[in-house]
Amino acid sequence: MSVLTVDNLAAGYQDFQAVFDISLELQEGRLLALVGANGAGKTSVLRAIAGVLRPWEGTIRFGGKDVTAVPDHQRARLGIGLVPEGRHLFPTLTVEENLLVGAATKRPGPWNLQSVYEMLPLLRDRRRRPAARLSGGEQQAVAIGRALMGNPKLLLLDEVSLGLAPLVVDQIYQAVPAIRSSGTSILLVEQDLNRTLTVADDIVCILEGRVVLSGTSQGLSREAITEAYFGSARSLARKAQP
Amino acid sequence: MNWINAIVQGIMLGGVFAIAASGLSLMFGVMRIANLAHGDLMVLGGYLAAVSAKRWGIPVPLTILVSVALLGALGWGLQRAALDRALRTSDMAPLLVTFGVSVIIPNVLVELFTSNSEPLSIGQLGTASIHFGSDISVGWFPLITLIAAVVVLGALELFLRRTQPGRILRATSDDAPTVRLLGINDRRVYALATAISLATVALAGTLYTMKQGGITPFEGQLTVLFAFEAVIIGGIGSLWGTLVGGIVLGVAQSVGAQISPDLPLLIGHLVFLAVLALRPQGILGREAFA
Amino acid sequence: MTLQEVAEQRTALTHSSSLHARRGGKFAVAGLILLGATVILLGALPYVAVPSITGQLVKLFYLVALASTWNLLAGYAGMVSVGQQAYVGLGAYAVFVFNDQGLDVWSSAFVAAVVVGALAWPVSYLAFRLRGGYFAVGTWVMAEVARLIIVRFDSLGAGQGREIATITNDPLVRQADTYWLALAVMVLAVAVVYTVLRSRLGLDLQAIRDEEVAAASLGVAITRGKRYVYVIAAGGCAAVGAVICISSLGVASPNAIFGVQYSAFMIFMVIIGGIGTIEGPILGAVVYFLLDKYFSQSGVWYLVVVGATAIVVALYLPRGLWGVIADRTGFALFPVRHRVSADLRGEAAT
Repeated sequence: MSVLTVDNLAAGYQDFQAVFDISLELQEGRLLALVGANGAGKTSVLRAIAGVLRPWEGTIRFGGKDVTAVPDHQRARLGIGLVPEGRHLFPTLTVEENLLVGAATKRPGPWNLQSVYEMLPLLRDRRRRPAARLSGGEQQAVAIGRALMGNPKLLLLDEVSLGLAPLVVDQIYQAVPAIRSSGTSILLVEQDLNRTLTVADDIVCILEGRVVLSGTSQGLSREAITEAYFGSARSLARKAQP
Repeated sequence: MNWINAIVQGIMLGGVFAIAASGLSLMFGVMRIANLAHGDLMVLGGYLAAVSAKRWGIPVPLTILVSVALLGALGWGLQRAALDRALRTSDMAPLLVTFGVSVIIPNVLVELFTSNSEPLSIGQLGTASIHFGSDISVGWFPLITLIAAVVVLGALELFLRRTQPGRILRATSDDAPTVRLLGINDRRVYALATAISLATVALAGTLYTMKQGGITPFEGQLTVLFAFEAVIIGGIGSLWGTLVGGIVLGVAQSVGAQISPDLPLLIGHLVFLAVLALRPQGILGREAFA
Repeated sequence: MTLQEVAEQRTALTHSSSLHARRGGKFAVAGLILLGATVILLGALPYVAVPSITGQLVKLFYLVALASTWNLLAGYAGMVSVGQQAYVGLGAYAVFVFNDQGLDVWSSAFVAAVVVGALAWPVSYLAFRLRGGYFAVGTWVMAEVARLIIVRFDSLGAGQGREIATITNDPLVRQADTYWLALAVMVLAVAVVYTVLRSRLGLDLQAIRDEEVAAASLGVAITRGKRYVYVIAAGGCAAVGAVICISSLGVASPNAIFGVQYSAFMIFMVIIGGIGTIEGPILGAVVYFLLDKYFSQSGVWYLVVVGATAIVVALYLPRGLWGVIADRTGFALFPVRHRVSADLRGEAAT
């Protein structure tokens, strides 16, 4: 079952087009990674899926339903949860309060304060601390926990490793299996290729707003992905054998 | 010992200022809107109470509820109809809209009710007082007002800190776009903030009217200044600061009246300017205007 | 004008590269000639028109002056003041002060404007501790303080107001002189605003208006620029206060001359006419003048209409009536917008 289908997406900001013609599909229960260099358009794709960025062209289907015209707060209620780049925690609220606000989607599911604290014990230890006084890694954990509190069917993770020490990123990625086993599909944006290849089922490479490579992580070779990432001409036409 | 009496009276007076100011504080905190129509809305609240007593025969203490409900509903409507759009238009637009409202309200009131005082009497309660010794007397009604201020501010604090809607309100004031990512319609949040703000304004206006025995259309131009002064003296961003600010202002005015009957306003304003000059972040304020 | 353009322009001016900045257009010269002719015609009016007409025009002139200076303050420097009436009132009362000392009223008006304007400089240190809506109310409070202090002076008439001590006896001469004073104040106000906006200060102000935080990083001396504007606006309002005092032969009510309704008029004129342009406030002043002339007799409903119109215009026509006109024609009577064009001789723009 396809949980997310994006067809011919084109989007941008006032005088700048970030996404030209992107199509991708995520099957339920899988993890798809969007890889590409800085400025390739990955964040814009995620924002369009979350409903923050209105597409100029194309359609987005979530669970079979066309949500292209649905505003962001309603998409969250339908089950699309975005952990935005830069985390955007509420600085004057405590860790626990940030998590509780995440439950505003009122969606039923396995995630609540108890289960989030179980998966990320470091949050429980800091529950009363104001979010502004957390380290980068702690904030990232809260941001993910907050999105999970909404019990999303599709979790969009934007650059969760950005600016964080490798050990901290390890801890965060250790939570991924638990998230997947609860039934949530994940769309992940990452610059760190190594990290990505260890968790992703499917890979889509984006360069300057277009898809240059897509396939399963099993079927694509490292070389192919690296070339696509850096935009060598040869990889533009190649699609891997599934 | 007239001074002590004056100070006591001032503390009581501060109660009304504090209630009025808390609504202002809320709207500013959540939406960064400085509501210039605040005073006129207070006056409107007083009129709603007075009219409901006179025309619909509602018992005077219950007119508070009528005023609160009607003005709260008006707040919701005002936000959805005009202020939402103003927030998206420019930084200045909300200020201009509220200023427009502050012109419309008193002029409509003067046309409907003339500029004579529209009465609202609380009878015996207005003059009854408790006596401490021979010099100090505390009026029952001012005391009730002060208690009401503490209760209202306490309730607001509790609402913001302990309830989910309150949490959502605080989160929205931190970061409205992110709140939408979590499934919350920020426009509804703003409407709620405005509704609560206007409900407290209605309470303040009704108490103010009761205290004076009546209300006239243009008094809003005075009360808006008091409300803002209370917020700034106490410190923006602190609800308890608003109570402190209201009390300081009330005492300043009361002591001023003690010195000379034409001084209360001037002394109050000068105290405000002094706080602005010497401690701009206010007494309990956390953020200074950078 | 975006921050980008400002940055480019500054670099261009410093390094004289291939970027040109053009201002105005073919309408500019024609517009200025038209304006000059209008002023000369207006100046000749007392010789041909009856005092009732010139008397009304005095009001129009000072409305234009008020609107223009408020626009400079709020539309360009971003300071929404609801307390300019402080300076209107102080300007009026300053006429008494200097006139009593023996200065004729006309010179008193000039001195009043300068002195009260200078007074605004230290006041700004206090006022600038506030921002946005709180600044608005703070200025209102200061106006109230000014009023409350002034009415304590019996020599100034206390709460009852007073008349001017010495002024020309011949009513025709007096009314003509008043008219020319008002005309001079208006022309001066608009000219000063125009000059400020064409200057370096004006460029900086437009940058501030667009993006204050970023402007700070460009090394623009924001606060000093705002202070100059605040002082100019105060001086302008004081000049208007002097005009009002002289044309009414005194102050009838301190509450009126220090009244917040002056701020209300200024806001409405600028919003309805078009904030952030020089022509807008002039248009707004004309509109308000006509509304006031024809409708103020029919009760306060017209004020309600004006208030509602201001709300509607602020929400749906944020650039005001002049904005609508300018958008259609690209016409600017007072050109202050710069257009940056690159000299593309095969060089890449950096």
